Amino acid sequence: MLRKDLGLATLVVTVGFVVALINPRFLSPVNLANTANLIGLFGLFSIAEAFVIVTAGIELSVGSVIALLGVLFIDMIANGVPWPVAALIVLALGAVIGLLHGWLITRLRLQPFVVTLCGLLIYRGTARFYTADGTAGFKFGSSFPTLEWLVTGRTWGVPHSAVAFLFVAVLAWFVLHRTVFGRHLFAVGKNEEAARYSGINTRRVIVSAYVICAVLTAVSAIFFAMYTRSVQPSSHGNFYELYGIAAAVLGGFSLRGGEGSIVGVCLGVILLQELQNLVNLLGIPSSLNFAVMGSVILFGVIADTQFDRYRTAKRHAATRASLGKPR
Amino acid sequence: MNATTNPIDLRLEDVTKIYPGAIALSEVSLSIRGGEVVGLIGENGAGKSTLMNVLGGTIAPDAGAIVADGQSHAALTPAQAIELGIAFVHQELNPFTNLDVTGNVLLGREIRTGLFGRIDRTAMEQRVQPILTRLGARFSPRDPVLGLSLADQQLLEIAKALAVDARLVILDEPTSSLTLSETQRLLEVVTDLRREGVAVLFITHRLNEIEQVADRVVVLRDGKNAGDLGRAEIGRDRMVQMMVGRDVKRLYQRKAHEAGAPVLQITDLRTQTYPESPVTLALHGGEILGLAGLVGAGRTEIARALFGIDPVLGGTVHVRDRLLPQNSVAAAIAAGISLVPEDRKAQGLFLEFSISDNISMPSLARMSSRGRINRKAELALAESSRNRLSIKAASLRGPAAELSGGNQQKVVLAKWLAMEPAIIIFDEPTRGIDVGAKAEVYGLMQALADRGVAIVMISSDMEEVIGVSDRVAVMSKGRITGILNQEQLTEEAILRLAVE
Ligand SMILES: Nc1ncnc2c1ncn2[C@@H]1O[C@H](COP(=O)(O)OP(=O)(O)OP(=O)(O)O)[C@@H](O)[C@H]1O
Ligand SMILES: [Mg+2]
Repeated sequence: MLRKDLGLATLVVTVGFVVALINPRFLSPVNLANTANLIGLFGLFSIAEAFVIVTAGIELSVGSVIALLGVLFIDMIANGVPWPVAALIVLALGAVIGLLHGWLITRLRLQPFVVTLCGLLIYRGTARFYTADGTAGFKFGSSFPTLEWLVTGRTWGVPHSAVAFLFVAVLAWFVLHRTVFGRHLFAVGKNEEAARYSGINTRRVIVSAYVICAVLTAVSAIFFAMYTRSVQPSSHGNFYELYGIAAAVLGGFSLRGGEGSIVGVCLGVILLQELQNLVNLLGIPSSLNFAVMGSVILFGVIADTQFDRYRTAKRHAATRASLGKPR
Repeated sequence: MNATTNPIDLRLEDVTKIYPGAIALSEVSLSIRGGEVVGLIGENGAGKSTLMNVLGGTIAPDAGAIVADGQSHAALTPAQAIELGIAFVHQELNPFTNLDVTGNVLLGREIRTGLFGRIDRTAMEQRVQPILTRLGARFSPRDPVLGLSLADQQLLEIAKALAVDARLVILDEPTSSLTLSETQRLLEVVTDLRREGVAVLFITHRLNEIEQVADRVVVLRDGKNAGDLGRAEIGRDRMVQMMVGRDVKRLYQRKAHEAGAPVLQITDLRTQTYPESPVTLALHGGEILGLAGLVGAGRTEIARALFGIDPVLGGTVHVRDRLLPQNSVAAAIAAGISLVPEDRKAQGLFLEFSISDNISMPSLARMSSRGRINRKAELALAESSRNRLSIKAASLRGPAAELSGGNQQKVVLAKWLAMEPAIIIFDEPTRGIDVGAKAEVYGLMQALADRGVAIVMISSDMEEVIGVSDRVAVMSKGRITGILNQEQLTEEAILRLAVE
């Protein structure tokens, strides 16, 4: 764990402690399970976002993809497509979207911001058109026990979305921090030219990042669709990409690429959900929701840079002391 | 303030600079006056650049004083340095690639005209052209900076310093990527400046340049003054002795290598830069082939095309009779080829990554099982590289950005040597490294050649080309104008072919 992560973990614990002190309901099993569920749901696509950010890219279409794929998933099932097939189709579509973004960025040399901004508009527009600006939902009384258990069920009180998140997080941590591919992701994000000279197939690495991101987003789309059970494309998943970016930035990812840790982004997700909870439990007007979130992110980022400066100053002082001759 | 009427008088007194983790300067003193050329020499990491940055106002010293024209300062700001008439050519180049040549040279000193202060392009270009001519630059004021070679970027930086009427010009390794003719031109410019009453501080690892122009030499060792030499005392051996603290007997230990079987055959290779000049060249195992020529002769282009960085327009490359797939770095590496690139900052290093991560980057495939990195092996590699090339670093986990220029170059070398390639292309391998380290690098090349490795060395350092190569291919305007063997190797012969 990086030192940065340690600082963030402290913040997570402190905020949790304060909320629990003011309102003990924070620690009630019901609230904890609910929060865990939300952490799982939001965590999946935040990790997805991190994979793209580490390559110095950005993925702005996360929320729209969640809406579009959610609509398609529910509609397919409602029309009698067996759910495993529907799930596979949704994941495949996710892969296609990722490939498309990656191709546009690496082959046509378009900027990630532009490509995914267009994606954001296109996918949401398509989803709204598809439902005729209505809602996609199941017929009254229909149920899919296996799917529902898998995606929205609980084991010993732990929501499966949280389990899935944990599983994905461990996998992502391993890939990003322990494998050659992960090192290549960082390298490409930090200095693409040097990466090429090092024999890294930079195009393939970048495309892979977008595919991983989009497939993970597709997984998250399924979880969200089953969580809400009906999808209204005009609002479903709005701003989720910004949420994912915020979690990643809190977790130490630099938008310039080549920096960040999976532990950090997970802590970032937890912190953001904690804040959401804080707003709810402390009776803060929910209209202030975004303002609270924004302030804490700003605070976190400032604290982080200040902490860095403090450490450098300390090292500096130590070297000076070793010279045995203070100024 | 004009250099002729008001020459500078500058003293650094007991300057100390401490970085987190390293003492770069400890009580260093130095003085310089108008009309004087002072050479500043020292090993990699001795503190030369740091000292110059103190003068340029980009680094504030922790102790000591800067006395300029009788006035004492604890530290200079960049604005004060400019005010004093100090112009600085940095070791690491940072041109604005979004501007053209004129825009870079006169950045912040644009010539304006008319009521609304419109930028007067014509006047600016007229101002820049003579400076470029003086330096013998082959690019024009209107050229974009983006496509300029490293050497041209270096000339651009020098032009920038000449464009101000400076009283002190600081040149931090200005010749490390220049060839003989440009270097000669620059040395003439330095002599001119001295005549005009300008003070010049000249940092270089090419000691013959110091012998040519310096009035006085200041030697740094491990961040301390290691002595001064007057004009009469300046001599190669003496300087080396003071820098390194011991004798470096022979820089070049040439052994004649038995040229083995041909390992690399380039046939009619055509690059993007010189589509009209096909290149044919054969390389044998165990030989060191020097690739000489003026800047822009197309040497780097051949290397890049061979290595799969740049698209190839035509022709073939065979490695041990097997056709090398084009446009694939991975394929080149798989065929046993390594390229040590010329621009360490842009192409060689991930500056913010640790030294160890940098060294292992291309070898990761070998240091992993089923995609998982073996971090012990990684660190062991970094450790052995540090010993092999004597990299001066506080910690191998520290970022490469904190190393001195020459030590960064060693990291780049280490990174590629770790691949244990069968064919290595060195593009300016000793750019910015000190004599001691140079001797080590040459020794290393000889050892590799002894083991049968085929080596191509692209170098602008004539002495080095002649001292190290078994054969030299000379290029001019994208063509190979001649191949010289050991007996024919002279400076004149190379130069004649280079301007053909
Ligand atoms: N930003 C930095 N942070 C920490 N240490 C640094 C930093 N910059 C330089 N140093 C250290 O200060 C010392 C002096 O560096 P400096 O760049 O002045 O060397 P130099 O004499 O110019 O060497 P070279 O010939 O290789 O350019 C080195 O040990 C280097 O590692
Ligand atoms: Mg230096």
